[in-house]
Amino acid sequence: MIKTRPTIRDHSAEANLFARRAFIGFTFVVSLIGILLMNIYNLQVVDFDTYKTRSNDNRIKVIPVAPNRGLIYDRNGVLLAENRPVYNLEVVPEEVENLDKSLLEVSKLLAISEQQIKEFKEDIRNNRRFKSQVLKARLDEKEVAVFSVNQHKFPGFSIEARLSRYYPYGDTLTHALGYVAKLNKKELADLELEDRATNYRATHDIGKRGIEKFYEKQLHGIVGSQRVEVNNRGRVLRTLSVESPVPGQDLVLTIDIGLQQIAQHTLKDTRGAVIAIDPKDGGILALYSNPSYDPNLFVHGISSEDYKKLLNEDRPLINRVTQGRYPPASTIKPHLAILGLEEGLITEETKIWDPGFFQIPNVDHKWRDHLSWGHGHVDVYTAIEMSCDTYFYRIAYKLGISKIANFMNQFGFGDLSGVDIHEETTAIMPTVEWKRARFKENWWPGDTISVGIGQGYWTATPIQIANSVSILVNKGVHRQPHLVQVAKQEETVTQLFTEEKPPVTLNNPHHWQIALDAMHNTVLRGTARKAFKGANYDPAGKTGTAQVVSIAQGEEYDAKNMKERHRDNAVYTGFAPFNDPKIVVAIVVENQKAGGSAIAAPIARQLMDYYFSAYPLETEMP
Amino acid sequence: MTSLHNKRTIWQRVHLDWPLLLALTLMMLGSLTVVYSASGQDTSMMLRHSTRMAGAIIAMLFMAQISPNTLKRIVIPLYLLGLGMLIAVLFVGVSSKGAQRWLDLGITRFQPSEIMKIAVPMMVAWYIGQHRLPPSIWNLIVGFTIVLVPTILIKEQPDLGTSILIASSGIFVLFLCGLSWKLIGMFALLAGPAGFAFWHYGMHAYQKQRVLTFLNPESDPLGSGYHIIQSKIAIGSGGVEGKGWLQGTQSQLEFLPERHTDFIFSVLSEEFGLFGVVMLLSVYLFIIGRGLFIAVNAQDAFSKLLAGALTLTFFVYVFVNIGMVSGLLPVVGVPLPLISYGGTSMVTLMAGFGIIMAIATDKRMLLKS
Repeated sequence: MIKTRPTIRDHSAEANLFARRAFIGFTFVVSLIGILLMNIYNLQVVDFDTYKTRSNDNRIKVIPVAPNRGLIYDRNGVLLAENRPVYNLEVVPEEVENLDKSLLEVSKLLAISEQQIKEFKEDIRNNRRFKSQVLKARLDEKEVAVFSVNQHKFPGFSIEARLSRYYPYGDTLTHALGYVAKLNKKELADLELEDRATNYRATHDIGKRGIEKFYEKQLHGIVGSQRVEVNNRGRVLRTLSVESPVPGQDLVLTIDIGLQQIAQHTLKDTRGAVIAIDPKDGGILALYSNPSYDPNLFVHGISSEDYKKLLNEDRPLINRVTQGRYPPASTIKPHLAILGLEEGLITEETKIWDPGFFQIPNVDHKWRDHLSWGHGHVDVYTAIEMSCDTYFYRIAYKLGISKIANFMNQFGFGDLSGVDIHEETTAIMPTVEWKRARFKENWWPGDTISVGIGQGYWTATPIQIANSVSILVNKGVHRQPHLVQVAKQEETVTQLFTEEKPPVTLNNPHHWQIALDAMHNTVLRGTARKAFKGANYDPAGKTGTAQVVSIAQGEEYDAKNMKERHRDNAVYTGFAPFNDPKIVVAIVVENQKAGGSAIAAPIARQLMDYYFSAYPLETEMP
Repeated sequence: MTSLHNKRTIWQRVHLDWPLLLALTLMMLGSLTVVYSASGQDTSMMLRHSTRMAGAIIAMLFMAQISPNTLKRIVIPLYLLGLGMLIAVLFVGVSSKGAQRWLDLGITRFQPSEIMKIAVPMMVAWYIGQHRLPPSIWNLIVGFTIVLVPTILIKEQPDLGTSILIASSGIFVLFLCGLSWKLIGMFALLAGPAGFAFWHYGMHAYQKQRVLTFLNPESDPLGSGYHIIQSKIAIGSGGVEGKGWLQGTQSQLEFLPERHTDFIFSVLSEEFGLFGVVMLLSVYLFIIGRGLFIAVNAQDAFSKLLAGALTLTFFVYVFVNIGMVSGLLPVVGVPLPLISYGGTSMVTLMAGFGIIMAIATDKRMLLKS
């Protein structure tokens, strides 16, 4: 071995060599420690702000807190839309490791249908992954207990107590209130466009129809937030600070729930619409469309089965008060009379001979009166109170469509009433231009004659009819029809409706009184006499019966032998008390065997009876 | 002089080097402080940690009593025993976390690689110390072989961190004994191709992944880059003054992985800031300086080389650990010496310091006589 070879060792040289190497080693150590320190200095001093921020981003999460949605009351403070606590099973997709597997297991536990899972997955796709989504809404106590015991198996799943919208009056108010339901992708995109999306970070529902939609901004409130400290598994350890959400404003409606319930009751088993307006301020006292549906079905996501039921031919989803296009029929005769008077075609005394039909010179066609034997000599009062068609055929023929359309536009026909819900149609106030655009046909003088009795191409919504009568009783002053009286937030009360359209002005204001007196007479001795017999207030009004299909020349209208859908609509509009009107009503009942005086006027009677018993008149009528 | 002389005698008699002992004690107090915070104030964990610390101190006191001459006599059997056990581990070892590192001795599990941390530098120091310095080529070849065999065996377990530590401990002996600069330069030139070959043939997939992650941790922030990112956030957000003891959000809220073991430096940096880091590095530097001072003043070549190699290896621990948690080096499982929670490595380290103290006191005894 090498070891055996004797070596002469220079110990001091070796010691020096070692000392040198040790010194080099130490220098090396010092410089490497220097590198470490420089690196740490970079992290802790140079990039301190960056890492500080990232550290806070790690541990601090801002959890948005949804504001409580404003409540909705009727004019007397009866609660119409409230928030009730419910327990939902919710999932934050981001926190679930294997979503499909977890869903499968949880559905065994809580009986969640495939449909619900499908809808839930749809929701996830449409929303951010960190936003919690409802998997199953409204768990009962047993389900809450079952899940709570197994909660540890399902990270990312939790039971959340939420406030959920509830409409205690169900289908009574659907078309006025509308409803809230789950925010969808399109609405979220719209909110983002309007820069309001952050305000909805914690919100699950949004107004979809009616007042809930129209007043979404007022009802929603302002989102709050909670800064919390979380650990690496996202578990909240403590709350650092809270910024309380600002609850939405409460709305007080002009609706009287009692009157609304009467309206619903009177339209039972029919298709129709009822609206009552306070002509003093345009406040809507009742707005009911039948058939209706339960808005609570939509709040937690309506099942496709239930939804299909709503798509029947009675079309319950339609708000007939604002979207139903009906021929206004004879209810517009008072307005047309005023135009005739204003234009000098007739005077208060003018009498016209009614043989039971009207004919244009040199034309064979006969426009029939509803009384085939005629009303004989009629003046403007009789023409309105007995609803003489021939009288108005003549006026309309002489006026021409342009003058009629212009004048009726001022009463709101052919235009949106501007009521505070979005579901509304303009219906049709026909003109020469309209017909040309719509049918590519010329306007015939015969077309004008039908318009003279609120038929032909002319359609109107019940709210337009009521509004036009409201303008009439206000002698031209326009009071914007509206549903919401005020918005309240704690002590602050905001008036929401101030907008008013320009008034209708007449050359001779006495003409207002002629039309109103004639409507008074209609109730005292005319077509609505029976319906209002014995009323303890002083009503006025106008009946109408609208043909749904045109009757061929020489044929008789026979309700019994008509298809149900082809029967006449019964229409009535009226107001009371005559001297100082406090309520204006308009009623349309579709496809009835009888007309306005037999079907619609009695409904008005019931509404007014209720109204004046609930709000008795201060001075008894003489 | 007399009083100083007497004092020296007391330390002499118990075979302890008091400056080193003071620094080590400071470290252990620091360790208790940081582990308490990193464990989430877990008292049972603290109890285990203190027990191991006591065991480590006993190991140090024990090793300090063994004179370098005795070590020379047991070095060959110790080395061969270690080698035998490393081979045994490959066949009958117990696996944990995908690596086969433990030998089940019935009573306790045992990592043979821990013995080699001391046996390898000791063996190389003894072999080289037998001969004239600087060593001949033949001596160098034998020296390298003594280092290489256990290194490869440990890397196969696989335990890259420990194999690096053991390789460096042997190489430090060769460096300190006067390995010629020509050869050092040659090795440096060979390092490039060798690294390339190592990457392709010598590394496990997970080890490669660690290196890739190290090169760009942000590429996979929730996967393998997570550790480094969270560690850098912890260190960086500590700033100059730190967030305060027990106040580190990264560590207390468990964003930091392995925070009481490999990543304890990040906890310290987060809670005590740059001040804490400078303090820690100062004490490390003092320990290394003192160790090299003892080595330079040691009696014979074996003592010099062993003390020097153990000291520099201690620094490798420091550098690799801090380098890895601060993003300078890839993540290899090396604990922060004397601070990290964890038994065997602390026992081995303290045993090493026991040997250094034995060397220190051995010299003085000889001087006195």
